[in-house]
Amino acid sequence: MSTTDTTASGASDFAIDPASMRHLAEARVNVELDTGDMVLNLGPQHPATHGTFRLVVRLDGERVISADPVIGYMHRGYEKITEFRTYPQVTTLINRIDWLSSFANEVPFVAAAEKLMDVEAPPRAQYIRTILTELSRIATFLLFLGEMGLQVGALTPAFYGFRDREHILNLIESATGGRFHPNFNRIGGLKDDLPWGWLAECRSTMQIVFDACDTFENLVLGNEIFAARCKGIGIIPPELGAAYGVSGSNLRASGVDWDLRRDGDPYLVYSELDFKVWTHSDGDSFARYWVRLQETRESARMVLQCLDAIPAGPIMTKVPLIIKVPKGEIWVETENPLGQMGYYVVSKGGTGPFRVKIRSASFSNVSILPWLLQGVYVPDVITILASLYFILGDIDR
Amino acid sequence: MPDEPVTPEAAPPAPSDAPTPTPPDAPATVPAPPDAPATVSVSAEEILATLNSALGDAVIEAQPLFGDVVMRVRTDAWLRAGEVARDQLDCDYLSFISGIDWMPAPKEEGAEADGDTSTPAQPTEMTPGAAGAAGRFQVFAHVQSTTRKWGMTFKADLDENNPSVDSWVSLYPGANWHERECAEMFGFEFVGHPGLRLLYLPAAFEGHPLRKDFPLLARVVKPWPGIVNVEGMPETAAVATEEADSGDTNA
Amino acid sequence: MGLIEKGLMPKPLTQLLNYSRKYSLWMFQWGLACCAIEMGAALASPRYDMMRLGVIPFPASPRQSDLMVISGTVTDKMAPAIRRLYEQMPDPKYVISMGACANCGGPYWDSYSVTKGVDQVIPVDIYIPGCPPRPEALLQAVVMLQERIQNEGIGNDQLAQRWRGEKIDVA
Repeated sequence: MSTTDTTASGASDFAIDPASMRHLAEARVNVELDTGDMVLNLGPQHPATHGTFRLVVRLDGERVISADPVIGYMHRGYEKITEFRTYPQVTTLINRIDWLSSFANEVPFVAAAEKLMDVEAPPRAQYIRTILTELSRIATFLLFLGEMGLQVGALTPAFYGFRDREHILNLIESATGGRFHPNFNRIGGLKDDLPWGWLAECRSTMQIVFDACDTFENLVLGNEIFAARCKGIGIIPPELGAAYGVSGSNLRASGVDWDLRRDGDPYLVYSELDFKVWTHSDGDSFARYWVRLQETRESARMVLQCLDAIPAGPIMTKVPLIIKVPKGEIWVETENPLGQMGYYVVSKGGTGPFRVKIRSASFSNVSILPWLLQGVYVPDVITILASLYFILGDIDR
Repeated sequence: MPDEPVTPEAAPPAPSDAPTPTPPDAPATVPAPPDAPATVSVSAEEILATLNSALGDAVIEAQPLFGDVVMRVRTDAWLRAGEVARDQLDCDYLSFISGIDWMPAPKEEGAEADGDTSTPAQPTEMTPGAAGAAGRFQVFAHVQSTTRKWGMTFKADLDENNPSVDSWVSLYPGANWHERECAEMFGFEFVGHPGLRLLYLPAAFEGHPLRKDFPLLARVVKPWPGIVNVEGMPETAAVATEEADSGDTNA
Repeated sequence: MGLIEKGLMPKPLTQLLNYSRKYSLWMFQWGLACCAIEMGAALASPRYDMMRLGVIPFPASPRQSDLMVISGTVTDKMAPAIRRLYEQMPDPKYVISMGACANCGGPYWDSYSVTKGVDQVIPVDIYIPGCPPRPEALLQAVVMLQERIQNEGIGNDQLAQRWRGEKIDVA
């Protein structure tokens, strides 16, 4: 159809050129419509939010203008109730902060109490603690490798993740009695020694872990849909990540070479082990998945090193039956699977702590979301949430 | 077949309580721990010297703490302390900001019932902790450096009736959520914070839970349910067997 | 149809109806806390596969489900949401309370923000103790629920009550 153009000369002497018509058609469609914003409420019940997490996003079409996480739906008041518990009772309670890697939550608290009491767990106990911490790291990451695929839309990796995690949980259960929430640490050592044949079982399970990592690498990382969904999405600049307190694999995927097992106060037996800290320069969701996959393999290698080097000996030092920690304060922080977790323990010399400040990793990881989610599309919101890998108990304590 | 190694391995070196100073561009190998753990490590001395020279009279008290440094600054120098840490000591990483209430918890009815071992005895006097305290409330924060591999804790006293301090949001954007949590848990006010709304607590919640005078109502209203099944503490059991020994022959 | 609400179903039909209902429970795909991981292990792991009992965890919306498992700690902030989700489920609906936190508050019984037991908010059919209960415990609970469903309306008025959405008096 012809268009008339009232030029200054009044002559409509332009030829109808398909190129210009296309340009005009595009111009018509791209006219800025005055649309209103839509507020979308994700959660607190939502299949993609890993628990009771609520994200109120303001959308312009499909793009996020602003995102406001509302947390606190799993706030159980840890810092208050630890003031009413004895030290062993606190150890029981804190496994449930980051409920996937429960053993790793006990380690910094028990280390803090031991340092304040000036006792040291015997070497065999330190090795077993290291092995169990790395096993819980592998278990957490296997679940992540599976369910990040689920969030992006692939159903299969989730089953693989749960299936391979069962092997690790069997190991932890045969040693400690609990699949997760083992409550195995005691101030001064461990509750029990390892059962007969556990070390050989652990060794063969690490081979299963290596095979699982190879499977995930081919199945998920090699999938072009996954790559298209995740590459370039949710880039965290390293300085901003550090200023927000983002930690763990999230920060390492942005290129920051920082791992408390190597760089912080020496704890457990990490100074004896030879391991590599994996970083990636991109900082996007794909990089976070890649870093966690490499760290799973690295953890399995560390477990094998510990299995080769574990000494014989006692697993508990002599501590009084009723633990009274002398007056003092201490800050102990460790590299947990989700990031850096720390306890600031204030003791007044009683059987229970006076104040425990729990610094949980996911709290800081999630605090970057209002900045990170600006301008992304709605499906990318889900990808970013999955790649940051937070646990609600760790955010809300 | 037992497969635990027969030869006992050498015990790992005693964990020194100093952070291992690693240069920023060191390769990712395991650094050797220092030979003799010093009471004040080199990095702690350096931190203390830099902070003292930069903050001057704003520092009230400082001490090394298990390889870390705890420093109590004047309340009006709270923001400056953060600036010094970030700019002069390369502390780019914010760990947390929180508060402490040094008042001992008031005694509650249900907590001291006979045989109730469910809750430890609370202290009865207010005694300050590391680096001292001037009153009841303190705000404290921990920052770290990902390049220099060290960390430090700052404390500042707050007035009991009007606990108010500068906000660190301009220094570390992550302080936003930490200060929101601190404000709702303790009732502190952070001047300059973009919006101190509730973070964890539901909108209808009244009170500041982490203050020591906030009671846990479940403990007050109802005695500890486990009191029925509790075993005696070992001392009382030993005393009981002694008495039984002297009297009965059934022990 | 009206027959079931009035309690006028003949016994053979009731048995057939219950038989078909108990083996096609659609579970609301939702978990709160640590117990949700065990629930996930029960559902998604090939070892404790709960789908062989007929429990399909597909629906992410309460409007299409008839079984809700409260797995994890219920906080005062979350309780209104749980109530609303329960009310959005169509009758007949069943609730399993999984874990110590959902039963009675669990390890957080003295916390200021935890609801001491989800049965303060919604009616519960089966309680599973444990912290966390093993996936086999959840399977056992589902089997118990299936036995209860089979016996509804046979010698009692529960079938009609469920259809009408009334509170069931558990003897």
